Amino acid sequence: MEKPKTLAALRKKIASGHTKAADLAARYYERIEKLNPRLNVFLSLTKERAFEQAARVDAIAAKGDPLPPLAGVPVAIKDVMVVQGAPSTAGSKILQDHRPPYDCTAVARLEAAGAVILGKTNCDEFAMGSSNENSAYGPVRNPVDPERVPGGSSGGSAAAVAANLAVATLGTDTGGSIRQPASFCGVVGVLPTYGRVSRYGLIAFASSLDRIGPFAANVRDAATMLGVIAGHDPCDATSSTAPVPDYAAESDKPASGLRIGVPAEYFGEGLDPEVRTAVENGIAALKAAGCTVKPVSLPHTKYAVPTYYLVATAEASANLARFDGVRYGYRSSNSATLSDMYSHSRDEGFGAEVKRRIFLGTYALSAGYYDAYYLKAQQVRRILAEEFLRAFEKVDAIVTPTSPVPAFKLGEKTDDPLAMYLADIYTVTASLAGICGVSVPCGATRAGLPVGMQVLARPFGESTAFRVARAVEAAGIQ
Amino acid sequence: MRFETKTKMSAKVTVEDVERVAELAHLKLAPDEVVPMLRDLNAILDYIAELNELDTSSVLPLDQVSELVSDTVPALRADQFVPSLNRAAVMAQAPETDGVFFKVPKVIER
Repeated sequence: MEKPKTLAALRKKIASGHTKAADLAARYYERIEKLNPRLNVFLSLTKERAFEQAARVDAIAAKGDPLPPLAGVPVAIKDVMVVQGAPSTAGSKILQDHRPPYDCTAVARLEAAGAVILGKTNCDEFAMGSSNENSAYGPVRNPVDPERVPGGSSGGSAAAVAANLAVATLGTDTGGSIRQPASFCGVVGVLPTYGRVSRYGLIAFASSLDRIGPFAANVRDAATMLGVIAGHDPCDATSSTAPVPDYAAESDKPASGLRIGVPAEYFGEGLDPEVRTAVENGIAALKAAGCTVKPVSLPHTKYAVPTYYLVATAEASANLARFDGVRYGYRSSNSATLSDMYSHSRDEGFGAEVKRRIFLGTYALSAGYYDAYYLKAQQVRRILAEEFLRAFEKVDAIVTPTSPVPAFKLGEKTDDPLAMYLADIYTVTASLAGICGVSVPCGATRAGLPVGMQVLARPFGESTAFRVARAVEAAGIQ
Repeated sequence: MRFETKTKMSAKVTVEDVERVAELAHLKLAPDEVVPMLRDLNAILDYIAELNELDTSSVLPLDQVSELVSDTVPALRADQFVPSLNRAAVMAQAPETDGVFFKVPKVIER
C-alpha cells in the first residue's frame, strides 16, 4: 500500500521548485476521486481553499523566500472540527447543512504553517464510536482490508494517511479515538496531554476528555504536526500555557537509558495472542535500544471503562443539548410547539448510538442519581489518574497494546453496544488521567492486520513518548 | 415528584425512568425504541455497577483534570469588548430568522 512521502522529502521538493504545491494538491484530489467511493474516507472536499493556499505556497517558493514548516503539505481534518464555510457535520445528519462561521484554532494553525487543507474526513457521529460505523454517512473501510473497520471514532483521518489520501491529518481522541484507529490502520496517532492543544472550534463531545491530535505515516512527522497545533489559545480556558518544545527534534534523541514500565493489567485475558506477540516484539526492540524495562502496577485499570462511560456520556448529554433546531442545524418541520420542535429535531437528527449515550448521561446526572453515578465516577477517575502519576515517578514511559484486538470486520460488533465499549479498555485509562501518548505500529498479524503499541507518558511528556515510539519504529518490526 | 437520593447504583431502569429521561433530554423515543433502549441501559448500568466495589468515601471527585496535569493556572484574559462572530454569517445558518432574531414555534402552550 502506498505510503505518503515524509514531510522532509516533500519540503525539499517544494522548496527546490521540483514539485508545485498546486500539482501536489491536484494529484491528491485525483487519488481521492479514485479511492474515496470505496473507502468513504472524505465527507467533503475544500478544493477552492486548497488551491488558493497552494498558490500562495508556490508564490513563496518561486521567490526563494523561506517556507513555513508545513508548506504545501496536503492534510485533512476530521469532520468534528469546524472549517469556515465548509461542511462540518460531526458525522451527523443534525449538522448536514451547517456551514460554520469560523475556523477551529488547530486548523487555522495548520494553515498558517502552510498546510493545504484537502477536505473533511468521515467519523463516528459526534465522535461516539470505536469503528466509524456510527457515522450517518456510511462507514469508512480500512484501506488494509476493506471488509474491516478502520477503527473509530477518527476512522476517516487514520484511513486517509494509511491510503495516502493525505500526508497527515487531524483527529480527536476522547476515549481512544485517535490511538485505536491508528493501531487498526497501521499509522502513527498522537494523544496530546489534555490542554496541550486548544479545543476551540472542536464540536464538543466530552469537554474534560476531548483532545485534538495528529495522524501521520511516521513518528517524526506526527511530532512536527503536534508542534504546529500545540500551545496556549485565549479562546480555550482549559488550554495550557506550558511552552511547546521542538517535538520533532526531541524525537530524534535516542531512547537508551529511558525506563519503560509494562503493566500486567494490560496483558491479561481478552488480549489477542497475535497482538500480544507484536507488542512483545516492540518491547524487545526497546530493550535492544538500551531501555530498562520493568513491571509496573495499575491495579484499578478494570474500573476505567465503566468510569469513562459515565463521565463521557454525562458530559455529552450536556454538550449535545445545544442541538435543538433553534439556531443552526436540522430543524424538524411540522412541529406545533417549541417543545415538539426540540424533540422532533433531535429524534430525527441523531443516530441510535448518540441517543443511547445521551440517555445514559442524562440518567447518570438526573436528580436522585447524580451521587451514585456521576459523582462516583469522578471519584474513581481521581484514583485512576493518581495511579498513573505514581507509576511515572518510577518510569519514564508505560507501554501497552493500543487495542486488545486488530481491526474487526464491519458489522461484527454493531449488535452489542457493550462489546463495542469494552474494545476501549486499553485507551480510556489515559483519557481519564489527562496524560499523553502515541500509538506506533509494531508489526502485524499473520493475516496482515496492523498492530499498534501504545506509549504513554506523564502530562506534557510528549517528547519522551515520541523518543520511545521512534525506537519502536526504527526496529522495523514486520 | 419526590425522589430519594440514591447513593449506590442499582441497575433496574424502568419504562417510567426511560420516559422521564426522554423528557429531560428532549428526545422522543418511538414506541418500538423503548424496549431496546431499556435493555441497553440496563446492560450497561449493570456493568457500571462494578464501581460499587470501590470505597471512595474519602476521595474528592476529579472535575478538572487540569488540576492534576498543570502546574500553571492559566491567566484569565482581560475583560475587554472585542468583536465577536459576524452576525450575518451566524444568522445565515439559522433555520428560520428575520435577520435579527431566531424564529421558533410558539413557546407558551395554551
